[in-house]
Amino acid sequence: MFYREVGQFKSSYAADQSIFPILQDRLGVAAILAIAFVGIPLVGDAFFLNAVMIPFLIFALAAIGLNLLTGYAGQLSLGSGAFMGAGAYACYKLTTYFPDTNIIVLILLSGFAAAGIGIVFGLPSLRIKGFYLAIATLAAQFFLEWCFIRVSWLYNDNISGAIEVPTRKVFDIAIVGPTATPLTRYFVVLGIVVLLTWVASNIVRGRVGRSWMMVRDMDIAAELIGIKLLNTKLLAFAVSSFYCGVAGAMMVFLWLGAAEATSFSINVSFQVLFMTIIGGLGSLVGSFMGAAFIWVLPIFLRAAPGMFGVSINSATVEHLQFMIVGALIVVFLIVEPHGLARLWRIGKEKLRRWPFPY
Amino acid sequence: MEVLYNVLINPFVEMGSNPAFFIKVVWEGFVAGTLYALIALGFVLIFKASGVFNFAQGIMVVFAALTLVGFHALGIPAYVSLALAIGVMLVLAISVERLVLRPLVNQPDIILFMATIGLTYFLIGFGEFVFGGDPKVMISQELGLPRGIYRLDLPFGRVVIQKLDVAAAATAIILVAALAVFFSKTRIGRALRAVADDHQAALSVGISLNQIWVIVWFAAGIVALATGIMWSAKSDVSFALQIIALRALPVLILGGFTSVPGAIVGGLIIGVGEKVGELYWGSLVGGGIDSWLAFFIALVFLMFRPQGLFGEKIIERV
Repeated sequence: MFYREVGQFKSSYAADQSIFPILQDRLGVAAILAIAFVGIPLVGDAFFLNAVMIPFLIFALAAIGLNLLTGYAGQLSLGSGAFMGAGAYACYKLTTYFPDTNIIVLILLSGFAAAGIGIVFGLPSLRIKGFYLAIATLAAQFFLEWCFIRVSWLYNDNISGAIEVPTRKVFDIAIVGPTATPLTRYFVVLGIVVLLTWVASNIVRGRVGRSWMMVRDMDIAAELIGIKLLNTKLLAFAVSSFYCGVAGAMMVFLWLGAAEATSFSINVSFQVLFMTIIGGLGSLVGSFMGAAFIWVLPIFLRAAPGMFGVSINSATVEHLQFMIVGALIVVFLIVEPHGLARLWRIGKEKLRRWPFPY
Repeated sequence: MEVLYNVLINPFVEMGSNPAFFIKVVWEGFVAGTLYALIALGFVLIFKASGVFNFAQGIMVVFAALTLVGFHALGIPAYVSLALAIGVMLVLAISVERLVLRPLVNQPDIILFMATIGLTYFLIGFGEFVFGGDPKVMISQELGLPRGIYRLDLPFGRVVIQKLDVAAAATAIILVAALAVFFSKTRIGRALRAVADDHQAALSVGISLNQIWVIVWFAAGIVALATGIMWSAKSDVSFALQIIALRALPVLILGGFTSVPGAIVGGLIIGVGEKVGELYWGSLVGGGIDSWLAFFIALVFLMFRPQGLFGEKIIERV
């Protein structure tokens, strides 16, 4: 009905290659950005920002990171939680040594530390494939988790073994630390996520993204037509870990405020993997949808009994929540194995052809 | 130099100076290895027959043990509850085949893998919902598991061995032998191997895939029950046990996903390597290294054989 590209002619290569070639898409993205930057800060209270929006955006970024690696480059990884941890601890060490540097810059820089670690643990991918590789990345998960506990240098020899975020100001506004307001933190998170999503969308459309997809579809064939597997796979690990690292640094500095090794356990890795797959492998929009689904669903499930006036004790709710999430994941995979992104695409196609069925 | 000495020489000196302790460590590793091998066996059974990487094997171990203890707590005699627990595993196998595998047939591997993670979550929630989250004591006495210790007086010292460990190792060996006979001698076993080799060819000679899947999941369930009994007899039945399933993953990649002997040999290598490494080298880096050492051992092997020690050779064509 409204969603039609009729009459929109491309008159230059630039217009033809734009990310959103259809006017309605551009309007839609503008509307979403307007809601995110203006609408939500106006109406959302501190709880909503803290418990829903900030973690949703952070996990969406982590899901994008994993999607670049698994969805685009085809390397299954179960270590994303640990790479998030690497970013968080790197950021903590950086801000310890350079307390006066802009914390936003440090958060982005800490992504590079995670990227370096990602490259090291990506090395086995040259020899090992598929599920063998997935288990090999578990080595990263468990090794890094162990480091976060045993290497006391990483948490400045704290007795508690946890990292606590100090207050850091930029232009006299507290960005991180206990005094930072949820609104400030929300804006910082949103800014970083939007920026990095834009970068990611350009990476996957360009030469690098195409070579990743070639490796994903068949790496031997890709090698034969001149893709260097070493560089391509390691680059995928590096970029993916960079995104996860930034997400991890934001998770500690802009959301939790403190963290220890268990904050980056294997459950986090699984959660990010769920988001990526439920959202849709090989789709950036899907990563956001998956993150929203996986993050908001448990919150909703916890709140649901209260809404209907049923009182169940919290342990039972917890168990039921596990059951329902597990069952829903299975149901979801049966109904649409290609994820929410596929549903979104089908919906758009339907809109274009409306009112005709096909 | 001192670091090199501590890494390369000192541990071996220690081993030589106290051989009784070394043998005890190796034995403990061997026992842990048989249990890892049992879990890996459950994985391998399912992977071979259906190509599904069953992440839920770990929680199946816990679930089976909980069911057994739960039935016994109702006042049912131990052996009857054992039979009932086996029945529950059969029901689980049938429902997994009906509700998860059949609708997902022909989907990519990663989707099936995700589905088993979903199943894991469901079973965790379901198990806690039914049995409660608190740890329980395994009914090892009622099941007739031996207690106490053997003392072996060797020329260089005394080695103490738990009878329970001997029983665990024996159970593992019996189970593996039974499975081997089942696979090679029975009609169903041959059908299983046919399915493992080629799904479509198996279908074309009239083997029912659905039936085979139920059977392998049931077999994996029984293996899980045996593992659960043995493992929880040493500590207690709690959901923390499922972490041992993650410990069994390096065993899998070391042995190869499709090889039963691989699971056994891999389990023993990992079990012994982990214990020896932790006790003789672990203190150098602050201890607790058994959480990741197994993965590194497996990775070293994989560098030379990317499909695992006994896995089928991967031939790739464009």
